[in-house]
Amino acid sequence: MFKILSKRLIAPKEYDIWVDAPRVARNGKAGQFVVLRTSEKGERIPLTVAEYDREGGRIRIIFQVVGKTTMEMAQLKVGDSLHDLLGPLGNPSEIENLGTVLMVGGGVGIAALYPIVKELKEVGNRVITILGGRTADLVILKDECAAFSDELLVTTDDGSEGIKGVVTDAMQLLADRGEKISQAWIIGPTIMMKFASLKAKELGIPCWVSLNPIMIDGTGMCGCCRVTVNDEIRFACVDGPEFDGWGVNWNEFMNRMGQYKNEEKISLEKYQSEVGE
Amino acid sequence: MAPKITPKKTPISEQDPVVRGKNFDEVCLGYTLDEARLEATRCLQCKTAPCIAGCPVAIDIPGFIKALAEGDLPKSWEILSDATSLPAVCGRVCPQETQCEGVCTVGKIKGKEPVAIGKLERFVADWKASQPEEAITPPVQDKGKVAVVGSGPAGLTVAGDLAKMGYKVTVFEALHEPGGVLMYGIPEFRLPKEIVRREIGNIRKLGVDVEVNAVVGRTVTIEELRSQFDALFIGTGAGTPHFMNLPGTNLNGVFSASEYLTRINLMHAYEFPVYDTPTKTSKKVVVVGGGNVAMDAARSALRLRADKVTVVYRRSIEELPARIEEYHHAVEEGIVFNFLTNPVEYIGDEKGNLKAVRCIRMELGEPDASGRRRPVPIKGSEFVIEADTVVEAIGQGSNKVLLNAFPELKLNKWGYIDADEKTGATNLPDVFAGGDIVTGAATVILAMGVGRDAARSIDSYIQSKKG
Ligand SMILES: Cc1cc2nc3c(=O)[nH]c(=O)nc-3n(C[C@H](O)[C@H](O)[C@H](O)COP(=O)(O)OP(=O)(O)OC[C@H]3O[C@@H](n4cnc5c(N)ncnc54)[C@H](O)[C@@H]3O)c2cc1C
Ligand SMILES: Cc1cc2nc3c(=O)[nH]c(=O)nc-3n(C[C@H](O)[C@H](O)[C@H](O)COP(=O)(O)OP(=O)(O)OC[C@H]3O[C@@H](n4cnc5c(N)ncnc54)[C@H](O)[C@@H]3O)c2cc1C
Ligand code: SF4
Ligand code: FES
Repeated sequence: MFKILSKRLIAPKEYDIWVDAPRVARNGKAGQFVVLRTSEKGERIPLTVAEYDREGGRIRIIFQVVGKTTMEMAQLKVGDSLHDLLGPLGNPSEIENLGTVLMVGGGVGIAALYPIVKELKEVGNRVITILGGRTADLVILKDECAAFSDELLVTTDDGSEGIKGVVTDAMQLLADRGEKISQAWIIGPTIMMKFASLKAKELGIPCWVSLNPIMIDGTGMCGCCRVTVNDEIRFACVDGPEFDGWGVNWNEFMNRMGQYKNEEKISLEKYQSEVGE
Repeated sequence: MAPKITPKKTPISEQDPVVRGKNFDEVCLGYTLDEARLEATRCLQCKTAPCIAGCPVAIDIPGFIKALAEGDLPKSWEILSDATSLPAVCGRVCPQETQCEGVCTVGKIKGKEPVAIGKLERFVADWKASQPEEAITPPVQDKGKVAVVGSGPAGLTVAGDLAKMGYKVTVFEALHEPGGVLMYGIPEFRLPKEIVRREIGNIRKLGVDVEVNAVVGRTVTIEELRSQFDALFIGTGAGTPHFMNLPGTNLNGVFSASEYLTRINLMHAYEFPVYDTPTKTSKKVVVVGGGNVAMDAARSALRLRADKVTVVYRRSIEELPARIEEYHHAVEEGIVFNFLTNPVEYIGDEKGNLKAVRCIRMELGEPDASGRRRPVPIKGSEFVIEADTVVEAIGQGSNKVLLNAFPELKLNKWGYIDADEKTGATNLPDVFAGGDIVTGAATVILAMGVGRDAARSIDSYIQSKKG
């Protein structure tokens, strides 16, 4: 079970894999994630399901190498299996026809945004998508998002593609031309979600953000993933992962993400010395 | 006869408190055969056997003790296993002082301690485990199909009993290891995980399928289960941590006991970096609460080499809900207790890390709904305890994933499943429930006991439907 069926490097340090997981493929929806382990001694890490192949019993995961577990995953070959995989977890995105929706993605967060883009389009929304990255190589899934968007804007910090600037610049551009947007989804690096949410608030656009705190069980039983939204403590794995972007306490969120910096470093260095990197 | 009884229980060997405070090995080492037989002779074989009435699953206590005293261990085991499916576990974690041992006749004699029933139960169960394994041939399982949700003591018991009766049982467990709290909550030094794995192995040998990584309500839906199985048993436990919601709850260094213990037990954080999941290496730890969960968190923190571990509990020592043995062990190991004390605020540094806990002294006022005197804060008594880690162990609520996916199932006013305590029956004829998800956080033996009863009612439900 949980065999890796295909694997592709799609950007520096970003891999696109399909995994055999028939039950998750059957019952999962856009916005949900899985928790997996690579080995018996491994950590449980959450990753979003980017696409479901219900007939084929497969799920697609796109991950970025940031530490020990994701590096270990990058070493796995087609035919290898993950040790454990649990899902689908979290609440599905609220998909309905809202009129015009704005989809903002950055970094590997685009993988989480893509299934929502697709489903929102399929129920008839007018979809405007903004994808941002430091440089053109890092903006993943452009064609796939474009296929389900009425308009797609790309922003890069270095101007190597699309608008030179950040996603909030593109958001301003849309506002300036008078776009009436009913709802936004913003998924990407924390700092991007924070500033894009502030921008959305400034422009009066309600927005969902998908929070990715450190998790353990992913089923609501530990409270490790707690975040503060509109002054209330919520568990991201069962109350989220999508929350009202206007209400997130971003500073606290970022602070909690850094809790295990030292330990993550120890773990990564140990692994690198073992695999001889 | 009575005068010959030694006043104290036969001493049992334990790891030295200083040594064990630095390892996760089991604290209590158990009786030898001679010690166990000696202790067994302290039993008076009372005709009235108050101990049986004190046992939630009515083990024939004088019976198994008599066989043990006579050296007939197979018979002793048979008597035990007739009433309980997890004796090696219960012998270790049951609150005997409020159950069998609390009413033992010997203990009622002035100056005498009761018979060490729990330690004897453990002895017989461990003896059995040390014997060559018997080949178990799973019984023919053609009476029907039952799905069990959750693999804690309630679910495991239902599964084992139904398999023996001739049902094909599949257990669905959300986590990657079965066992429920026995696996992720209670630490190794009180309940070695080997024992839990052995019990689960035995249940598997009966032909029970245990599927891990399967959250019911998500991975498999309730509709799928209800259409594929003749009946459903829900034993999903009470695992959702409560927080006091004090200012500073989300500072780095503030944990729920569930997170703290899950990292350590299920994820082996005490063996980091051999295992990948870390926990914080803390110097000064404050644990809030007075139950078993609080004791487990405090004693785990000590074993992770904290310099100082303080338990703050809002009532007094008399109301402490933890097993008394665990409290004594904690004190021996050097854990400091601050009774009649409650935290009011977690204080952080400029980086968002916890640096201290502001507490207030309490006094006991009028009795509350539970009959215990209500603790009330003493004005102006606030003081600060320095701490880099705080663990809140103030209780848990029902696990919600399944309940949210199952709106037809009737809940009670506390958000637990509304099920008959004797039969496990719910408002839906094919759905049964038991354990912490019905009673709220309780005990292993109660979860196991209701599992036994539920297995019988599931059997009669399926047979009446077929017949
Ligand atoms: C609901 C959810 C969905 C997610 N979906 C995806 C996805 O589709 N693709 C993907 O690449 N990543 C996703 N993540 C993030 C992913 O879980 C982490 O990158 C992963 O846990 C890192 O593990 P590691 O052992 O490789 O690194 P670690 O050594 O654990 O961490 C290395 C670095 O990553 C940061 N980090 C640690 N945990 C997380 C985390 N949970 N989220 C973000 N950064 C983290 C740390 O601050 C540290 O700097 C998601 C997270 C959540 C909670
Ligand atoms: C730290 C701690 C120490 C304790 N110490 C003692 C003690 O010394 N003595 C004592 O008698 N009692 C003790 N208890 C209490 C005792 O462990 C519980 O009362 C008992 O385990 C309850 O059993 P259960 O079968 O109802 O549920 P649990 O043991 O809670 O098991 C429930 C299982 O269901 C799984 N689950 C939940 N939702 C789903 C779903 N949707 N799909 C699939 N699986 C699901 C969970 O992952 C879990 O494994 C302690 C509890 C804790 C937390
Ligand atoms: S009450 Fe005590 S002495 Fe009497 S039978 Fe039970 S264990 Fe033996
Ligand atoms: S990850 Fe444990 S409660 Fe969310």
